[in-house]
Amino acid sequence: MIQPVPQSIDDTLALLEREHYVADRSLASVLFLALKLERPLLLEGEAGVGKTEIAKVLSSGLGRQLIRLQCYEGLDVASAVYEWNYAQQMMAIRMAEAAGEASRDRLEHDVYSMRYLIKRPLAQALEPHVGGAPILLIDEIDRADAAFEAYLLEVLSDFQITIAEIGTLKAHDKPIVILTSNRTREIHDALKRRCLYHWIDYPLFDRELAIVRAKAPKAGEVLTREIVAFVQALRQEDLFKAPGVAETLDWASALAELDAMALEPDVVHDTLGVLLKYQDDIAKLQGNAVHNMISAAREKLRV
Amino acid sequence: MSGFFLHNLVHFARVLRAAGVQISPHNVIDAQEAIATLGFADRADMKACLRAIFIKQHDQLALFDEAFDIFWRKRGVIEKLIAAMGPQLKKADEQKSSPRIGARRLAEAFQPRTSKSQAQARVEFDARLTTSDIERLQSKDFEQMSADELMLAQKALAHLHLPDDLMRVRRMMPTSRQERIDPRAMVRAMMRTGGHSIELRYRTHRTQPPPIVALCDISGSMNDYTRMFLHFLHALSAQGRVVHGFLFGTRLTNVTRALRARDIDDALARCAQAVPDWNGGTRIGSSIAQFNRQWARRVLGQGAHVILFTDGLERDGVDVLSTEMERLSKLSQRLIWLNPLLRYDHFEPKARGIVAMLPHVDDLRAAHNIVSFVDLIEALSRPLQNGLQRQR
Repeated sequence: MIQPVPQSIDDTLALLEREHYVADRSLASVLFLALKLERPLLLEGEAGVGKTEIAKVLSSGLGRQLIRLQCYEGLDVASAVYEWNYAQQMMAIRMAEAAGEASRDRLEHDVYSMRYLIKRPLAQALEPHVGGAPILLIDEIDRADAAFEAYLLEVLSDFQITIAEIGTLKAHDKPIVILTSNRTREIHDALKRRCLYHWIDYPLFDRELAIVRAKAPKAGEVLTREIVAFVQALRQEDLFKAPGVAETLDWASALAELDAMALEPDVVHDTLGVLLKYQDDIAKLQGNAVHNMISAAREKLRV
Repeated sequence: MSGFFLHNLVHFARVLRAAGVQISPHNVIDAQEAIATLGFADRADMKACLRAIFIKQHDQLALFDEAFDIFWRKRGVIEKLIAAMGPQLKKADEQKSSPRIGARRLAEAFQPRTSKSQAQARVEFDARLTTSDIERLQSKDFEQMSADELMLAQKALAHLHLPDDLMRVRRMMPTSRQERIDPRAMVRAMMRTGGHSIELRYRTHRTQPPPIVALCDISGSMNDYTRMFLHFLHALSAQGRVVHGFLFGTRLTNVTRALRARDIDDALARCAQAVPDWNGGTRIGSSIAQFNRQWARRVLGQGAHVILFTDGLERDGVDVLSTEMERLSKLSQRLIWLNPLLRYDHFEPKARGIVAMLPHVDDLRAAHNIVSFVDLIEALSRPLQNGLQRQR
């Protein structure tokens, strides 16, 4: 189902809600602006706070195709933008030779034609799509190197790419571009300038509760509240990597599968690996720490 | 053109030259012609005109602006000239009251010099020259240098040759060596000959220098050395290397942006501004912990080499220091510790902090004179020998 782009911040919030994405108003506003102004949106935040999810939700909510480009070091034009089908090109050259095709201009025109062009995500995003402009998700841009970032400048400001052998390919409809970054590297100011920027923070208690209810409905109400209170308290601890929302959801599902009705120190100990991924952090919660945190969380819930 | 203007122009050029701008006599002739063409209508026009002729580097613009304002205000030449030229009088620009960039160097350039300091300034500093004077300066402790000598040393640091350490990255580039086939280039080459012959084309991995992450102690005991180290970092950064700079006393401050200021004085001033606890005490362990937690994952990703600049005299307990050093060491491709205490011949690593840190670094080096920085550059250029120092 193709949906029109939302016309107000409230519309945007409603759209996200329909797709079970619990967002705060600031995120909805910046998303609305990005859609309205047709500007790329750069989302930064700790791992597991739902950056990539935004693009997926938009894709299903608006009924647009999602084109995803996962960045990595050394990502180059050949795997991000376009590539020629060399085998077929060489074949074409040989065939032309065999057929006595003499004109070099003609041959060049034939060999560098759309037939032999393999389009990669960025080029695909500029093509016309049935359901309207697609959603282009450039995931973890910080993993690509600075050279690729520089290449993106043309794509993101003019929505066009230059293919050396043919010319410029311009977007039919401007795609909706979402970039995410985990900040393993600073993104260059020139790229940031072209985007709207939003920092997604860990949600507060009420919102996280809403998220867990929406995404992990199997967990009972008591358990859900305790889980959220516990994770919220855990984020205040001096940890190397605080658990993200994704971890909370995993944990809620895990505890629900284990038929837990409420948090018990033993069960928490056994499942800590779902929440914390560093041995130092897990070691910090040995002994009575978990028991104390559960009591504290319950105390807080009672108030 | 009146003789006294030309006199002033030459003088102005000499002032700029003394402040480090390269101006040839030919430039001065150009400037004279340009001004003659332009006439003395407007102070701003003249400034723009002289700037276009004398300045070829962006980082010297601020210096020029400042010099121009001081020089031509002091003498009031332009105003007099404009007045003499008659009716097209315009009001001169109001002076900006921005922080004075390059003020120290300009002040020195404006001062009449004795023949001795002039001779000194003319010494072209090459890191490997063997004149006895320079040799003495190269191995002289920064702390014992006079102000003049420090300046020479700073100049020398700014002109050191970069380390030529390169690391392979995953991006490819064409090569003539027979490595990987580059099909795109091959089809291009075939098209050039009309498809009659197949020429093999190759590509290989590109190499580039790894970024440098510097963690620098700013406690009182390190003052002079820290300043020189910042000069060194600024030189690296100015020559195009990716440098992330952090200063720590009792807490960590990121000064990467400050170091990127073109002018070294400006950069140092910004660093000083950014840091709340210059010349205070140090808490090495907790500062490194803060780095590990907040920054390590962000700046150590691209095979960065870490330079830790500290005397290692920890005021807090050493347990934190040891674990955090271990973590830092595991996170970094290469960890070099620069310690100015190594200037003492009989230095022995006995302080608890030093003992705690030592097992986790790849290399411990001195950093108290120019020679030690030259050596550092050489060490950076050498590939890391596995398991040589690091006891893991």
